[in-house]
Amino acid sequence: MTVPDTAPRNDPGLHPAGVGHRVAICDYGAGNVRSVLAAFRRLGADARATRDPADVLAADLAVLPGVGSARSAMAGLRAAGLDEALSVRVAAGRPTLGICLGLQLALEESEEDGGVAGLGLLPGRARRLREGRVPRMGWAPVEPDGEAFYFAHSYAAETPAAVARSEGIVAVAQAGSFLGVQFHPEKSGPAGARFLARCLSRA
Amino acid sequence: MPLPRLIPCLDVAAGRVVKGVRFQGLREVGDPVELGAAYSEAGADELVFLDVRATLEERSLLPELIARVAEELSIPFTVGGGVRSAADAEALLAAGADKVAVNSAAVERPALIGELAELLGSQAVVVAIDAAGGEVCTRAGTAPTGRDAVSWAVEAEARGAGEILLTSIDADGTRAGYDLALTGAVASAVSVPVIASGGAGEARHVAEALGIAQAALLASIVHERPSRLRELRVELRGLGVPLRDAA
Repeated sequence: MTVPDTAPRNDPGLHPAGVGHRVAICDYGAGNVRSVLAAFRRLGADARATRDPADVLAADLAVLPGVGSARSAMAGLRAAGLDEALSVRVAAGRPTLGICLGLQLALEESEEDGGVAGLGLLPGRARRLREGRVPRMGWAPVEPDGEAFYFAHSYAAETPAAVARSEGIVAVAQAGSFLGVQFHPEKSGPAGARFLARCLSRA
Repeated sequence: MPLPRLIPCLDVAAGRVVKGVRFQGLREVGDPVELGAAYSEAGADELVFLDVRATLEERSLLPELIARVAEELSIPFTVGGGVRSAADAEALLAAGADKVAVNSAAVERPALIGELAELLGSQAVVVAIDAAGGEVCTRAGTAPTGRDAVSWAVEAEARGAGEILLTSIDADGTRAGYDLALTGAVASAVSVPVIASGGAGEARHVAEALGIAQAALLASIVHERPSRLRELRVELRGLGVPLRDAA
């Protein structure tokens, strides 16, 4: 168990929720790992970046972050054996969070890069955004409560597992113990910190 | 479309935030991490850190400064200045930046944009364009290139830019309003988000820019007093600009 070395800015008042929780953040060469790590540490969690499948299996909460291209990200996951570890976790009902590309990789496939097979933790596929300015960049309200989170994406999930949308686009999807978010909670200020604290309190 | 964004810009030189008028007469206005945190608390939607002397002095950026910012802040931030290769950009993202901005190096070698997009994804690649009289200028505004800003923006998008940060050197630091004609021309010519930059003096100017561009860069207007950003948000909402609830 670690104690945060600095008090969080914009203290969400929920950071004790994370104290003592072991969080494994998949570090496979396609993530904004540092920001995700900092966000969980501000909440008091014992968070570490890892490419060791054993850490991913053992953690209270495993996080699959990700930015960039789907093909190189999947290759990185497979090379480290993290694809298997994530599948085993989710099959066992252990809490697992996918962020942005991490949500898209959890689907059955993505049409990015001419078609990429995903982890199949969520039904459906990632498709290129066809409306508005792309990349879809900035803060947008997420229904049903309308709180704004930060998005930066060119592809989006089409899935029957959607549980929340933003401007009609899948913002949150859940199947079993896997929860995927299209937005970046680690970059979404106090709203994002509150979201991550809720993830920890359920882990 | 996501909500309009207000993006304070911190020009950094030798590890301190500085500000000049029309790119000249730089003076210190504060510490980057402290100012970044103050803007975040005042409701900044994102931040941009530009190392305004990196290219001129051939200096590398300060990864440790970026790491401190990433530890402190939970909003996105872009880092630019002196990025000349995909390896430079990768180091900035590894240090904790969310996006990199390229300017001079991309004009000199446009293939750099594609290399960055391939390695980092377009969402992490901001092409910064400094324009005077509609002409692209590089090296912190000191070198006219003869290139038309609109056509360069179009090429940058085609090569993989995820955003265009468009600064009018004519308007920069004057607080007389954004260059709406240039901003409008670029925003109509590309389909990626455009960040308007240079010239904000009052809320009305920002509202005008946000009627055309997806985000507005703020420098002089908020540097004297970061809490000015909080007031500005209230004024903009009063003018009908739909900003996020930053609480």
